[in-house]
Amino acid sequence: MPQTAVIDSETGLTLKELARRHGLSAAGKLPSLRDYTRQLWSYRHFISSYANAKVTSSLGRTRLGVFWQVLTPLINAAVYYVIFGVVLKQKSGVENFVAYLCTGVFIFGFTQSVVQAGIQAVSGNLGLIRALHFPRASLPLAITMVEIRNMIASMAVLIVIVLAFGEPITLEWLLIVPIFLMQCVFNAGLALAAARLGSKVADVKQLVPFAMRIWLYGSAVLYPVTRFTDHLSGWKLYLVEANPLLVFIDLMRHALMEDVPLAASPVVLWLEAIAWTLLVGIGGYVYFWRGEKGYGRG
Amino acid sequence: MADTMTGSDRREPTVIVDDAHVVYRVQQSATPGTGSPLASFKRIITGTKPATLREVHAIKGVSFVAHKGEAIGLIGTNGSGKSTLLRAIAGLLPTDKGAIYAAGQPSLLGVNAALMSDLPGERNVVLGCLAMGMSPAEVKSQVKDIIEFSGINERGDFSSLPMRTYSSGMGARLRFAIAAAKKHDVLLIDEALATGDAKFRRRSEQRVRDLRKDAGTVFLVSHSEQSIRDTCERAIWLESGLIRADGPTADVLKEYEAYVKR
Ligand SMILES: Nc1ncnc2c1ncn2[C@@H]1O[C@H](COP(=O)(O)OP(=O)(O)O)[C@@H](O)[C@H]1O
Ligand SMILES: [Mg+2]
Repeated sequence: MPQTAVIDSETGLTLKELARRHGLSAAGKLPSLRDYTRQLWSYRHFISSYANAKVTSSLGRTRLGVFWQVLTPLINAAVYYVIFGVVLKQKSGVENFVAYLCTGVFIFGFTQSVVQAGIQAVSGNLGLIRALHFPRASLPLAITMVEIRNMIASMAVLIVIVLAFGEPITLEWLLIVPIFLMQCVFNAGLALAAARLGSKVADVKQLVPFAMRIWLYGSAVLYPVTRFTDHLSGWKLYLVEANPLLVFIDLMRHALMEDVPLAASPVVLWLEAIAWTLLVGIGGYVYFWRGEKGYGRG
Repeated sequence: MADTMTGSDRREPTVIVDDAHVVYRVQQSATPGTGSPLASFKRIITGTKPATLREVHAIKGVSFVAHKGEAIGLIGTNGSGKSTLLRAIAGLLPTDKGAIYAAGQPSLLGVNAALMSDLPGERNVVLGCLAMGMSPAEVKSQVKDIIEFSGINERGDFSSLPMRTYSSGMGARLRFAIAAAKKHDVLLIDEALATGDAKFRRRSEQRVRDLRKDAGTVFLVSHSEQSIRDTCERAIWLESGLIRADGPTADVLKEYEAYVKR
């Protein structure tokens, strides 16, 4: 803060001293991480009603309304099935290719839509940010909640598809819940980080579709994960297989299906998933918090 | 030294603006060629600012002290920085230089306070109250009063219609009613009363006086000189981001009028 020589005529103090004397706090001061988290918690009702409001206002004008939450993933799966299952006959190595493909598409789509919406969570709401006071992390978190709700609908669709294509229900299905929760935290961190990036550099938004495309091909969504082991080796293979989305997708396939080829042993995958969840969840939150006071600037 | 100041300490400051500067950064719509992914990528890598990024220096070093129980009118021609200053006091826009100190959390009440236009007024009330930090129970008990005070239901059940169907005056009424539902240490009103009709203006001016009595400080931007004369005893005249005059309302308004007529 620059040293200013502005003096209050009544007290003869500099304005800074006067503010300190009366316990006034600087408008742009960053709250501590703990205080911020507490504030955010007290705004939980705002976050959930904002999320509800977003769903209502985005579906409100469509005729089918909430059915879109189920229709969108169904159409997605159908498109990919036609292209990769029927036209390209991409089945080599996986027995139940439809279930394999759909799991990949749905899990990937969850993170993809969170990133796409997260980039605009701050920059698309400048009006709200410049008008009202609330912890700004509410916005990316609300967006994550919207996508989580959509994903729960998609998961129901996915389970029906997987069952319809002959996979049995096993005890391993219980693992769906912790995998899903980990991905939720991972996505929340990603949404927070994307929101701050998108608020500062408008260019990022232009690059997101390309980044997501590369990520899609690197996550073995559309073809068996064994393609990587066939063509890569050493550190390159290691790099590709540490990809968090590949890990989440593989774990979910492992939970839902019998006899799927995996990138690594399940234990390794679980450890990697936990590490990614903590790293991105906490890292994204801290990164967003540090920018808290600048989001109004645009 | 301490006892020489006790006399003036009775006037407790609530807002201190200390040589504040505010700069907007604006992304203009790109000229052809600069919007391509490759160009974006290059800018990110090299860290250069896009040619389309313009800076608007809206507040250029403003200082003043506001005290408890004061109502201060902000006047100035269009684009002089009144709204920007209020946003900065509310902590919604960061200062680039200097500092702004405030007691508690100042609340800004503006004309373009964006609520969600696809949602009915009632849900906007709930959302707005939650965003002001009320608990769901408080919100529930207040919703009816707020809608009643706003008067949007005087001509039928408008509170259940989406806000995009409201006239601009109705929207402004509802926003004012939401913000006035809470006690504020510092209330910043930016032309929010201007679009209301005479009846609503009278009612809201009464509410402003009440809020002031609760030991708060009120800032009022208005193009109605009468409204400023009625509610404020002090006025600040802002021009091109600088203070031109600061003092009793009558004096400042006289100077301002002379300037505008010239
Ligand atoms: N969102 C914005 N982005 C960029 N510049 C802005 C923005 N809002 C206002 N300005 C600029 O800041 C200056 C002050 O504007 P404002 O505070 O709205 O004036 P007033 O409220 O006194 O009419 C003007 O030059 C205006 O062009
Ligand atoms: Mg204005």
